[in-house]
Amino acid sequence: MEDLRKKLIKCEERLTYLTQIKAGEDWGNISGFQEQLANIRDSFYDLEKEKIQKKVKSLEEGLTFLELRCEESLTPMERVRIVRSPLRFSLKDILENVYEDYTELGGAEETNIDPSMVVAKANILRRAKNKNFTQQVMVIGQEKGHGEEYRNGGSCKPWGNEKALRYMQVAQTEGIPIHFYIFTPGSFPVEDYPGAAQQIARNIYTLAKLRVPIISMISEGGSGGAEAIGLSDFRLMCSHGYYSVISPEGAAAIEGKIREGQKVPGELIESCAERLHITAEDNFKLGTIDRIVEEVVLGAKHDDFSFFKRLRYEVMRATDEVVLKTKSLRAFRAYELKLEKSGERAMDDPQIDISWDLNQDELKRLIQQRSKKYRLMASDAFSSRATNLTSLIQRVKHKTSNMYYSFRYDILRSQQKQVKQVIKDVSGESSVFFKQLTAPFSAAYDFIARKPDGKNIKLPLSGTSGGALEFGDTYTSPLANEDRTVTCPNTEKYGCRDLWVPDLYGEFCGVCENCGHHFPLEYEWYLKHLLDRNSIREFNRSISAGNPLSSPGFEKQLKAAILKTKRQSAIITLEARLMGVEIVVAMLYSNFRNGTVGAAEGEKFVLACEKAKLKRRPFLAYIHTTGGIRIQEGTLGVVQMPKCTIAVREYVDSGGLYIVVYDNNSYAGPVASFLGCSHYQFAIRSSRIGFAGPRVIRETTGSDIPPDYHSARNALKRGHIQGIWDRRDFRRNLHKALHTMGGRNLYYR
Amino acid sequence: MKDTYINEILEKYRADPFGYIDSHTIHTGRIRFFVKKDEEVSGLSGEWHHIPGTKLYSLHREGNEKPTFSKSSGIVSSIRNDLEGKFVEAGEKVITIRYPLKKREIIEEILRQVLAPFKAPERAKYFFSLDVQSRIEKFGQRSVMVRPGDEILTMSLMKRDTPIYYQGEPGIIHSVYFQQGITVEQDEPLLGICPADKLPVIQKVITRVKAEWE
Repeated sequence: MEDLRKKLIKCEERLTYLTQIKAGEDWGNISGFQEQLANIRDSFYDLEKEKIQKKVKSLEEGLTFLELRCEESLTPMERVRIVRSPLRFSLKDILENVYEDYTELGGAEETNIDPSMVVAKANILRRAKNKNFTQQVMVIGQEKGHGEEYRNGGSCKPWGNEKALRYMQVAQTEGIPIHFYIFTPGSFPVEDYPGAAQQIARNIYTLAKLRVPIISMISEGGSGGAEAIGLSDFRLMCSHGYYSVISPEGAAAIEGKIREGQKVPGELIESCAERLHITAEDNFKLGTIDRIVEEVVLGAKHDDFSFFKRLRYEVMRATDEVVLKTKSLRAFRAYELKLEKSGERAMDDPQIDISWDLNQDELKRLIQQRSKKYRLMASDAFSSRATNLTSLIQRVKHKTSNMYYSFRYDILRSQQKQVKQVIKDVSGESSVFFKQLTAPFSAAYDFIARKPDGKNIKLPLSGTSGGALEFGDTYTSPLANEDRTVTCPNTEKYGCRDLWVPDLYGEFCGVCENCGHHFPLEYEWYLKHLLDRNSIREFNRSISAGNPLSSPGFEKQLKAAILKTKRQSAIITLEARLMGVEIVVAMLYSNFRNGTVGAAEGEKFVLACEKAKLKRRPFLAYIHTTGGIRIQEGTLGVVQMPKCTIAVREYVDSGGLYIVVYDNNSYAGPVASFLGCSHYQFAIRSSRIGFAGPRVIRETTGSDIPPDYHSARNALKRGHIQGIWDRRDFRRNLHKALHTMGGRNLYYR
Repeated sequence: MKDTYINEILEKYRADPFGYIDSHTIHTGRIRFFVKKDEEVSGLSGEWHHIPGTKLYSLHREGNEKPTFSKSSGIVSSIRNDLEGKFVEAGEKVITIRYPLKKREIIEEILRQVLAPFKAPERAKYFFSLDVQSRIEKFGQRSVMVRPGDEILTMSLMKRDTPIYYQGEPGIIHSVYFQQGITVEQDEPLLGICPADKLPVIQKVITRVKAEWE
């Protein structure tokens, strides 16, 4: 009877799980099953054992049939509910069942800097040539269960991500692979040091060139939080998991323009989940993941040991594949790995003998392949209006300039540098030698004809004329064409007087002359006032933002944005001069879908990075406004974070100078990746910088934030940015920054 | 005599137990009201007082519509409806908000009238001088008399202790507004000094207010 009782409890558990997946809806006669279960429970000790046995068996069979039917027609939102179920497996289950043994690092359980981020050094068993080997790995991932009360739902605080970064570097020092397990609905959006966005950006920047094989497995991949430990050489995803740019609820709130505190309709959430393409199958088709790990019917739970066996096989296979790709001698082993294996027996097969230790050349290859992999991601998600002929010309031009700049900088510059060094040494030696020879004579000469004190030394920056703005003569904001006054928002605090609009947007450059508050100005103003006149050469203008996920209604919105701005994307990339210094500029601007970043914007940014690298120019990212990643592009937008950060890292490592200047509003994904990773970030006064907006913070953390939480001044206090610039001094300050940060040649290595 | 004085003070608050906030136009312009007489309005709210109160009126000048919000919760006790839609000069009183005074506010108001505040000269931590401290411990706070030139406090700033001498009318330490060892901002009141002859009267007034007010 005890056995039957356990079976009955299991049936109840399965039924509750089904009800949760279907969100309480009476699907497939769930209520009938519930009634049946209640009947058996009530008459459990009244009926004979055989009768109960028969009833339980029939209930089990019915439930199995129902589960299979449910599995066949799982909607994306139901998958989300599976992932969020407390019964779902979590990182601790993986550590227990996939690895031989492990030691948690950086805190344990509740006594932890951030219990939602778990780091462990683990051993994984390999059986090859009839012998057992253990290989060490660093396991890093978010934990949702096993102490839900202190895990914060797997939403990591900035210091949790910092802990992850610390142990990534330990893995690099020890030369052991990293296995990332992503179980997060998103990062905890607080700006407290080290700052949510900043830390994610640092993590991605480091991962771009981390010299160890990295494998990641996604169960719940919530945007930025997932990317903090998501950049990897091989990305696995659970068949019932989700990987998304935003939670379906968040997307529905934006889509339906739902006011804060109001309930979002369930149907809208369902349709948004559908549109976001969040399932494993969708992501595999989009190319944002490399392989799907099959789970059991309706997703794996804490006690699905067959799944853990499969997972162990898949992570080892993925690590082997990544390692093998870097090796010269690999043909047979690579073929063996390529064979698709299924079933229990396949996983028990003796494994191939592959060492996970890589030498310097192999590590170099590993990083090159990682970069290439991300470079190709989402390359079909935008369109280019260039004709065949123009793209051919562009390719030829690119090749020629590649040769020219390689010759000029790699060959000539190094020779020139060596010759210069020799000349410098010789002249230094000779000047000392001649000084000693001529010292008595010059002393006698000085005594007879005394020179006046103080030499006329020309400082490199003192002679930079034209730093100030040339008001009015080139460009006046169209905002100035209104005959009215506006009130400065700081009137009550500083007693600012009303400002006459033609004055404000004309002579005052949109700045309150009393308190210095900066009113927003259009991006054209900066193009005209920041850069040298007639020096702007825009490139890749034809790359156009698209609707890769065929999001309904988005095509129309895109067309409207194109019509309004007469541009194809939210980013402008150009080459220009700034007080005589040649620079490459990428500019995200507000008019086009609020400066959101999608595949086209990411591609243009990467191309701008490559151009700056090729031509050895300083690279400026001026962010007029960015609202984050374009949600209509789903994970194709999210992968722009690592893609662009890798491009930035390669540019900076090659010796480039990358400066970011924020203006107006800069939030979310871009700040948490390719912008936030810059060593030199500045902000224009009155701008706001952060990870998530006030509403998201309120809804996620449950507490309100001060009105100046995201202000540039607070960003400076937190160490996010290096300075706040007045708009009127932007040109002068940028020129100075180029010189002080970029050194003599503006390209410092 | 004393009772008459007490009754006088209390009668003043009994007759009109309200506070009044007048709103004056900050500049010229055409005015438009958004509230009516006797309407309830709310003041600033939110943890950082960042949520504006009820919109009272707006002034339109040079194409600029400038709204004015209520800073305090209460009732519109007077409103210049005759000016609706008309051009007004700067500094014109247009709306008065009336709000019921709380027990604490009445006591504070009475004390403000009677007590002489002794303010913090610097942002620092403050302690009673040894002499004053021992007198307080021995006789109680309201029995300690201070005279100009007395060393009453020690200002502790970055591990440097500076004696602070009392300046002002002689009196008794009635209220202490600082906590020993906790930093006090500059110009914040540290002590409330009460002339010795007024002390019993004040204590009686406060007791009556505490007993009589809701």
